[in-house]
Amino acid sequence: MLQLTTPTRTDECEKASGVCQHPGKSDAPALLAERTLSYVEAIREATAQEMARDASVVLFGLDVDDPKAIQGTTKGLVERFGPERVFGTPLSEDAMTGAAIGMALAGLRPIHVHIRMDFLLLAINQLVNVAAKTRYMYGGRASVPLVVRAMIGKSWGQGAQHSQGLHSYFMHVPGIKVAAPSTPHDAKGCLIAAIRDDDPVLFVDHRMCHFQTGPVPEAAYEVLPGKARITVPGDDITIVGISYMQTECLRAAHYLSDVGVRAEVIDPIWLAPLDIDTICDSVERTGRLLVVDTAWTNCGASAEIVARVAERLSGLRDLRLARFGFAPTTCPTSPTLEEMFYPNARTVATQARDLVEGRAMGWIPLERPDLKSIEFKGPF
Amino acid sequence: MMTRLYRELLKIRRAEEEVARAYPTDRIKSPVHLSIGQEAVSVGICWALNPDDIVYGTYRGHALYLARGGDLREMVAELYGKLTGCTRGKGGSMHLIAPERGVMGMSAVVGTTIANAVGHAYAMKVRRQEAIVASFFGDGATEEGVFAESLNFAALKKLPVLFVCENNGYAIHTAQAKRQGSLDLCAKASAFGVPGRSIDGSDIEAIISTARETVNEVRSGQGPRFLEVRTYRWREHVGPNTDFALGYRSEDECSSWIANDVLPRVAARLDQDERRAIEAEVEAEIADAFAFAEASPFPPASELVRDVYKEEAPCCN
Ligand SMILES: Cc1ncc(C[n+]2csc(CCOP(=O)(O)OP(=O)(O)O)c2C)c(N)n1
Ligand SMILES: [Mg+2]
Repeated sequence: MLQLTTPTRTDECEKASGVCQHPGKSDAPALLAERTLSYVEAIREATAQEMARDASVVLFGLDVDDPKAIQGTTKGLVERFGPERVFGTPLSEDAMTGAAIGMALAGLRPIHVHIRMDFLLLAINQLVNVAAKTRYMYGGRASVPLVVRAMIGKSWGQGAQHSQGLHSYFMHVPGIKVAAPSTPHDAKGCLIAAIRDDDPVLFVDHRMCHFQTGPVPEAAYEVLPGKARITVPGDDITIVGISYMQTECLRAAHYLSDVGVRAEVIDPIWLAPLDIDTICDSVERTGRLLVVDTAWTNCGASAEIVARVAERLSGLRDLRLARFGFAPTTCPTSPTLEEMFYPNARTVATQARDLVEGRAMGWIPLERPDLKSIEFKGPF
Repeated sequence: MMTRLYRELLKIRRAEEEVARAYPTDRIKSPVHLSIGQEAVSVGICWALNPDDIVYGTYRGHALYLARGGDLREMVAELYGKLTGCTRGKGGSMHLIAPERGVMGMSAVVGTTIANAVGHAYAMKVRRQEAIVASFFGDGATEEGVFAESLNFAALKKLPVLFVCENNGYAIHTAQAKRQGSLDLCAKASAFGVPGRSIDGSDIEAIISTARETVNEVRSGQGPRFLEVRTYRWREHVGPNTDFALGYRSEDECSSWIANDVLPRVAARLDQDERRAIEAEVEAEIADAFAFAEASPFPPASELVRDVYKEEAPCCN
């Protein structure tokens, strides 16, 4: 029976064995009896706790104060903290990002929320040319403690402009950190760490992660930058699943275990700084690495991880390395094409098994009802 | 005139009502932003345009696409994600295009097409073409930097572009007054050197006559113009339903717009038989379009990577 070491994903744990073991390696406190929260609730709780703790934390973005409250992640916050600290903005991503930087320079700790990561492209000048550069180019005399939350969309025909995973754009640039937690536990811990961080942090929350539930301690805690987590131990292949792809990779591990392949699954949690040591240690044992991203592979996070592993381990042992992500095309809306556009548990399993065997096996697991991806209806 | 007007308005209204009706069957697995209540804006402005004029729009673009004569079958098939759709199932409801009708595209990123329209107008000027460009966008789009930058450039170069702001009072669930320090959109446009006029979107004749005058000014080389058309979205921002339960607006507010609906007032000016004939034609056309969409095939796997570049790339990744 497949053993899962992450304590933070009850649904997956139950699927595996009904027993969740705590690895001790993780910074998550032990937990079977913990409260269960959804990812959405975890984000909201982290935000509320930090706002209560620190009066300099402010939250804004398009629609953070509207009835839908960014899928509920900002619900109730304006009532609790008032419209000066929590406000919806005009449709002005560029200027509001610049303003967020100004607020941060003046001593506030802004959280700027975007309901789609695609809209970050309107903010990228301020983020890359100003936020990321400020500390260094002013010789350490100014800092920008800014959190930018951006959601990756998927499902229900999000299409070309509402589906992009652009996190690697920001990994490319020194001076900005990138978190992409996949569980409620890590969502809370990363967001708190991001808010307390004195440098700009991009916090990536994937829309499909919102449906995750899992144990979340009530007291505030940080999941600090630069530490990955082994979520399933195994010896045959290392699978790194980024953001929502972590969930699909956990499901893939079940399919693989059905055919006797013991995958080790790693959740990087933070993409910048990246815990390459944990990944390399694993690949040193397994000799095989598959990195699965919720983005294109070209110049992506998966390319970066594979490159760093190759640089460190090539010559030291035999390696088989592969990346898997969006198909190399624009995201289509037609359901038949959209299905082919995204990696899923079964196609991840196929890729992983082929890598282990060193050849195309022509195997695709039959879908297990307990491992189906979450589907939802409606635009958001 | 009233005959054609009724036909166009009715076709859009009924097509979108059918989209809303079909939506719960999950055949349309993508977001739809309905224009129900706002049809007169697209119909009235496009009334004043010539066949070779160009329009750019937004994700709320069914009305504009149809008002320009975009093919209904291809639109419905597109919503169904079918190969026969106007973008072969690639773009969906938010990215309709009909170049043969001068519909040059619609973007899901607010404000982006305003600048594209300006560039199109520049090209037409350089190429000494007579046609003009109409750029349709919402009240929310005027808050984006690209609005200011585009108006400035259009005024600077005296471009043949008509900016049409469909002011439905809201961006998603947030009223204009909660987003803008000044609500006078025409004053903002004129500050950039783009004269503006504001029109009541319930008055189709006012829309048409103002559009005609304004289009003439643009066409005669006087430079860009701005029209604000005050209108109202009856349904939710995205999706087929009403959304009064959310509490951001009242049903009463909507009722007053519904009471002023253009469609029955235009209908009342036709005689019974004529009206019935149009209604029957429109219903048949819509039924045909939905049947066409249902019967059409989904795109084959080969479509996934087709059209990323002009030629199929030998290797993209
Ligand atoms: C750049 C950008 N920011 C935010 C969004 C999310 N969004 C989609 S529609 C919309 C409201 C736009 O309002 P308006 O321009 O008035 O057009 P309407 O929907 O009322 O027709 C917003 C904020 C987006 N699509 N693009
Ligand atoms: Mg609007």
